[in-house]
Amino acid sequence: MMHRSEKIWLILSFGMIIGFMLITGYQAFALEMGPPSYGERIDPQKVDETAPFDNPGIKKIGENEYEVVMTLQVFSFTPNEIEVPAGSTVHFTMTSKDVVHGFQVADTNLNAMVVPGYVQKITQKFDKPGEYLVLCNEYCGAGHQMMSTTITVK
Amino acid sequence: METVIKQSGKTQVFKDKANKVMGISLEDAKLTKSYLSVAFLAILLGGLLGLLQGLNRAGMLELPAWLNYYQVLTAHGLLLVVVLSAFFTIGYFYAGLSHTLGGLLPKVRKMAWIGFWMKIFGFVLAVIPILMNEASVMYTFYPPMAASPIFYIGLVFIVLGVWMCAFGAFINVASWRKRNPGKHIPILSFFATAVFVLLFFGSIPVAIEVFTIIPWAFGWVETINVMVARTLFWAFGHTLVNIWYLTAVSAWYVIVPKIIGGRRWNDLLTRIVVIALVIMNITGGFHHQIIDPGISEPVKYMHVFMSLAIGFPSLMTAYAMFAVFERTARKKGGRGLVGWYKKLPWGDVRFLAPFIAMAAFIPAGAGGIVQSTNQLNQVVHNTMWVVGHFHLTLGMSVVMTFFGISYWLIPYVSKRVLTPQINKLGIIQTIIWTIGMIIMSGAMHWVGLLGSPRRTSYSTYFDNATALSWDPYLFFLAIGGTLLMIGVLMQVYAVFNLMFFAPKGNTEFPVAEVEEDEAPTPRWTERWGLWIVCMIVLVGMAYVIPLVDFIVNAPPGSPPYKTW
Repeated sequence: MMHRSEKIWLILSFGMIIGFMLITGYQAFALEMGPPSYGERIDPQKVDETAPFDNPGIKKIGENEYEVVMTLQVFSFTPNEIEVPAGSTVHFTMTSKDVVHGFQVADTNLNAMVVPGYVQKITQKFDKPGEYLVLCNEYCGAGHQMMSTTITVK
Repeated sequence: METVIKQSGKTQVFKDKANKVMGISLEDAKLTKSYLSVAFLAILLGGLLGLLQGLNRAGMLELPAWLNYYQVLTAHGLLLVVVLSAFFTIGYFYAGLSHTLGGLLPKVRKMAWIGFWMKIFGFVLAVIPILMNEASVMYTFYPPMAASPIFYIGLVFIVLGVWMCAFGAFINVASWRKRNPGKHIPILSFFATAVFVLLFFGSIPVAIEVFTIIPWAFGWVETINVMVARTLFWAFGHTLVNIWYLTAVSAWYVIVPKIIGGRRWNDLLTRIVVIALVIMNITGGFHHQIIDPGISEPVKYMHVFMSLAIGFPSLMTAYAMFAVFERTARKKGGRGLVGWYKKLPWGDVRFLAPFIAMAAFIPAGAGGIVQSTNQLNQVVHNTMWVVGHFHLTLGMSVVMTFFGISYWLIPYVSKRVLTPQINKLGIIQTIIWTIGMIIMSGAMHWVGLLGSPRRTSYSTYFDNATALSWDPYLFFLAIGGTLLMIGVLMQVYAVFNLMFFAPKGNTEFPVAEVEEDEAPTPRWTERWGLWIVCMIVLVGMAYVIPLVDFIVNAPPGSPPYKTW
């Protein structure tokens, strides 16, 4: 019922899908490039009283290493306007105080959903100096298009 | 037609012959005409709203306060992803059921009408709060954003209306099977069964979600579990778009070969593709949550496989379609490695539109595979890339196939004929649509890779240099959108011309036959109960772990917010 060329085509198709799987798995588990998946829970109505979000901001935690504790709320990021030296690794710890937001930094692979009730974590090394645009990429209301800030790498 | 008669029982032969000679019964025709009219009015309105968005994103149009960008976007999504697609699919498959099963049962026709009015009623209920700016929540309505409760009640009626049509189809197919023991369900009705099985099972999760939202939106319950709602939505949301794709695929396998004067692809392989798409579809929705918190990496990894697996039957389809084209063209005297393409009827819109639709699925499907893998998804998630992707898949592969179908289905149900003038209009429409969609979707993919987000009205983010650098690309959204609007107007004109003004006559319902020397299809392909069990087992594998985790280890819930 199957032509030889069809068998070859389907073997290649199957091989391609398996190839995608293997590479994705290798990147996720061996290179630790997996997507942001942190799972800690938090009371979304008590974010301001819950550590570490009771004190959002940027903190130096090592040589060229920073932690940013950030809350997202309509229609802003706290802290606003972050500054780090070039070559820094920055760990973001985030949660939402109201609806679902998205945390995206243009020209990087930083992209994570920030959902009320959950703490989300994502890390990025900033090598190139410049001003990076941070924006909310999940529709969150009337001022969604204004929800942005910057990360300055010097 | 021969196949239909062969496949039907003896008692059906007379009815089928009557169907063949006299065409579809007036009652069945009226049903399909009504469904298709709503579908094309939805594309007229939805297309216009789409143009407004394109002009806004290009920075050329500021929308007034009484009709803001997010109202327009919510209505655009609802009109095109829900109304156009549902009404077209049901109208088309009910005509197919009527044609291949010897007419609709009176009871079934009644159910389809009840379903029709339930959907219309539900849609009106959903639209009123959107127009009043009480439901600017997008068609995904993620809690804890809360629209007016009326919006969700409207959605309930739409789902119930769809279920009415699904049950109607099941009753008609079951009755035919009883009357034709030992026969295979005719291929088009086999596709219809698959689509209605998916519509029913795929919409169960969203029905559960909406039933938990309604008491919360009314304020009877204080908080909602945000991640459970989101996960239930996507178990439905992606199934929905794959249903429209499966509808288009049915025309590629069954209709297009007849239009080019050939025979259809191997019956067994066709049915295997259908069964595979039914079993594997619902779990695919999880790739919308690859960068969500609260789902462990191993679970996300398992889901990459579940999403990519759907690619396999599509790759089988790609081979089958081009094999049918080549075989048919060679029979007509086509020569050379690729020179045979000259023998295909390029001047026939009923072929050209679905052909371009199929060709568009090559980059569209490839983009889909790419963006379902974890790390690549993180690059493009919620950017304009995704908008480009679903305009290529739905706006081209699916909708252009629907357009191609309309040029014979509407004359068929209206007892009229496709004139050379309308065919020519259709060819020009197809070309305009193709160019418009390539420009718009291409620019969306590109600017998405650069970081421009989706679902955002025009913004320079306080004159940020990066955001300003996206503007030249966004300008192409306005150009593409304008061409597409011209395409919509031409298409809607063609539809209503063919329905009410074209010359009277008989138009054939083009169902291709299998090759003469083909081995009979084994009986096991008819075991729908087994396919449904397989589907439920797979859905269980995919969703039990994350859903149980979200429920058992739930954080305190969220109250409703109106942030617009």
